[in-house]
Amino acid sequence: MKSTKTILTGAALSLVAGSAFAGSHMASEMTIVSWGGAYSKSQLNAYHDPYSEMTGVTILNDDSSSTAVAKLRAMNEAGNITWDVVDVEAAPAMQLCDEGLAMVIDPDTMLAAAPDGTPASEDFGDMLVSECFIPQIVYSTTFGYRTDLVGDTAPTSVCDVFDTAAYPGKRSLFSVPINTMEWALLCDGVAKADIYDTLETEEGQDRALAKLDTIKDDVIWVSSGSDTPQLLADGEVIMGATYNGRLFSLIEEQKQPVAMIWDGQVMDLDGWIIPAGLSPERQARALDYIMFATDTQRLADQAKWISYGPARASSAPLVGKHADLGIDMGPHMPTAPENLSRAFLMNYDFWADYRDDLDAKFQAWLAK
Amino acid sequence: MSASTNTEPMLSADGKPLKQSLARALRRQKIRALLLIAPLLAFIFIAFILPIISMLFRSVENDIVATTLPQTVAALQTWDSSTGELPDEPVYAAFASDIQKAAKAKIHTKVGLRLNYEQSGIASLFKKTARKAKKWDMEADGPFKEKLIDIHKGWSNVETWQTLKVHSSNYTSGYFLNAIDMHKTASGPEFQPENKQILLTLFGRTLIMSLAIMGSCLLLGYPVAWLLANLPMRHANLLMILVLLPFWTSLLVRTSAWKVMLQQQGVINDVLVNLGLVADSARLVMINNETGTIVAMTHILLPFMILPMYSVMQTIPPSYLRAAKSLGATNTTAFWRVYFPQSVPGIGAGSILVFILAIGYYITPEIVGGTKGVFISNRIAYHILRSLNWGLAAALGTILLVAVLILYWAYDKMVGIDNVKLGG
Repeated sequence: MKSTKTILTGAALSLVAGSAFAGSHMASEMTIVSWGGAYSKSQLNAYHDPYSEMTGVTILNDDSSSTAVAKLRAMNEAGNITWDVVDVEAAPAMQLCDEGLAMVIDPDTMLAAAPDGTPASEDFGDMLVSECFIPQIVYSTTFGYRTDLVGDTAPTSVCDVFDTAAYPGKRSLFSVPINTMEWALLCDGVAKADIYDTLETEEGQDRALAKLDTIKDDVIWVSSGSDTPQLLADGEVIMGATYNGRLFSLIEEQKQPVAMIWDGQVMDLDGWIIPAGLSPERQARALDYIMFATDTQRLADQAKWISYGPARASSAPLVGKHADLGIDMGPHMPTAPENLSRAFLMNYDFWADYRDDLDAKFQAWLAK
Repeated sequence: MSASTNTEPMLSADGKPLKQSLARALRRQKIRALLLIAPLLAFIFIAFILPIISMLFRSVENDIVATTLPQTVAALQTWDSSTGELPDEPVYAAFASDIQKAAKAKIHTKVGLRLNYEQSGIASLFKKTARKAKKWDMEADGPFKEKLIDIHKGWSNVETWQTLKVHSSNYTSGYFLNAIDMHKTASGPEFQPENKQILLTLFGRTLIMSLAIMGSCLLLGYPVAWLLANLPMRHANLLMILVLLPFWTSLLVRTSAWKVMLQQQGVINDVLVNLGLVADSARLVMINNETGTIVAMTHILLPFMILPMYSVMQTIPPSYLRAAKSLGATNTTAFWRVYFPQSVPGIGAGSILVFILAIGYYITPEIVGGTKGVFISNRIAYHILRSLNWGLAAALGTILLVAVLILYWAYDKMVGIDNVKLGG
């Protein structure tokens, strides 16, 4: 009897101690889901470590972002959500929001204002593409090429990818219709502004696939962002598409003979969502973390470790040099003015509607 | 013989009929045996069979439309979808009321996503409509036909209403039809347009390539298993370690190693080019296609072929071969007439194991298969993880499971499953 009492008292004490330690009714441990690799490392340096130091919270990392939507849906059905903050791209974030799996965010009360007092909703501006999405970085999918394998005139345009006469050799593309079909239409002479209207029609879809037919035999189709850097490094392809941060690391950190074609880069957003249905303590903790991790300075800090542009307007002037290499990071951002002028903006609504349809057509075309 | 004609039953020591007490003793034994394995059975049922059943059930489940839009579904009952005319105001009014309720409960997008699998554009149609419909007054703001068409021209498209009606039942064959490149339309099941047909091709490819992998495992594995069974113990053990070593290495490491070996700038091509057998400009393409998948999967599944064959061959006494030869058989005859038939149970076990493992393989084709060497499992994974069309994924999975069961049954009829031996 006595021992039970001691245990109970002990448990009560530790409960009290736990909540006192965590501050005002916040969980003292949180699980953050992200992509792993260099990207998670940049978040660890810029957000997690400073936050843990400040609050004493233990942060657990889970590299499941690539399958986050499916897993969150399964967790929701099982009634046991084990994640507190999840890093996803804009399109999956919109889908999570639509399915009611992500919490709705009010930017002006839940996110930090800029140092000059500009409210978060204005500072993020157009980046707030969904009411559940907290933008973090702008990244782009673009091409890199082997400087030693493309001959004397280096490619400068995304359409050089489709020019097998001037640039003979293999090129790598993602085996998904997103981006690939836009590039095909762009290089078949469709104006940037008309691409999605064209892609809505059967004729436009056929036109894109017909353009891709001209290079089909010269393409190695890849499924993950790490494939193209590897293929470029091995000399398996002379040019290939992947995320700009991966190419930065290949060029500047691994010193491979590779250069970038910023032309036709397709910009996309990556950011946080908070799963719906967390307990109040965990939700408070997640919101507290988000408030800290997406303020102006923190977003600019992340660019010290990876070449992705901060999603806040007020962060751009604060982007400095790479933490280890000492390179000025400004020109390596997809949002740098000279890169931005050649960018192409993805239409999320179009892909939300047409992804299933076009994916079936694209896969059938690939299998032919 | 006289005992059988005797009508008096035989009695056991306690005076009860012998037959009865024997039966009781047997029954008790059976119950005890069953109780011993009961925990395992319960575990398998709860952790394996139930989840599979619930996953398979998703392939026909479709109550989301009727629960989210109940009034619309009821109103559509009277609408004849084959006339090609738009439904009347009551249907539009019912829909306006349904979508308003759904928007307030924030469940409208789910049903939009569900119907978008059938007709592209419905997801955004629902989203856009719900945003506006939230503000409507159901009593005063009618009629809703023009209002809805004003919001989006999709509501003046008969196909939208046909899709809604066709997919409004609580259980649907739609996912299964999708899984075999067909779709449900107002005028019954139809094949998808040719440029969208992919799944039947993938099913066929999966079957053919699994058979090819099984065949190459058999060709490569049989001599190794024979050596293992017939070498002196010392050498056989070393060989066995060589067979098992890759078995203990990570699957991903082995698959990636094949990438290094087979790619155009890889080891094999470099050697061939240096030997002058292949021109530098015409390096062989051995990866990101069917060849890559077959080579890598044969290597990975080889131990599953060798081990059952080895355990069967070990039990074949070498004296049989010697006896055959002493009776005048040549080496070939002795092998084909005496040794080979006895090794068939091992071949059967190995082949079934390799084939069934191959047919559901996912990660190796994903890495080395490119676009021409991927299996149906890769498509299932795509629908589970990316497109989130779990109903279609479940239908594909069910078809695959049934196909394997049918093949297993056919194999049982032809070879007899009793002839399959996994061990001594």
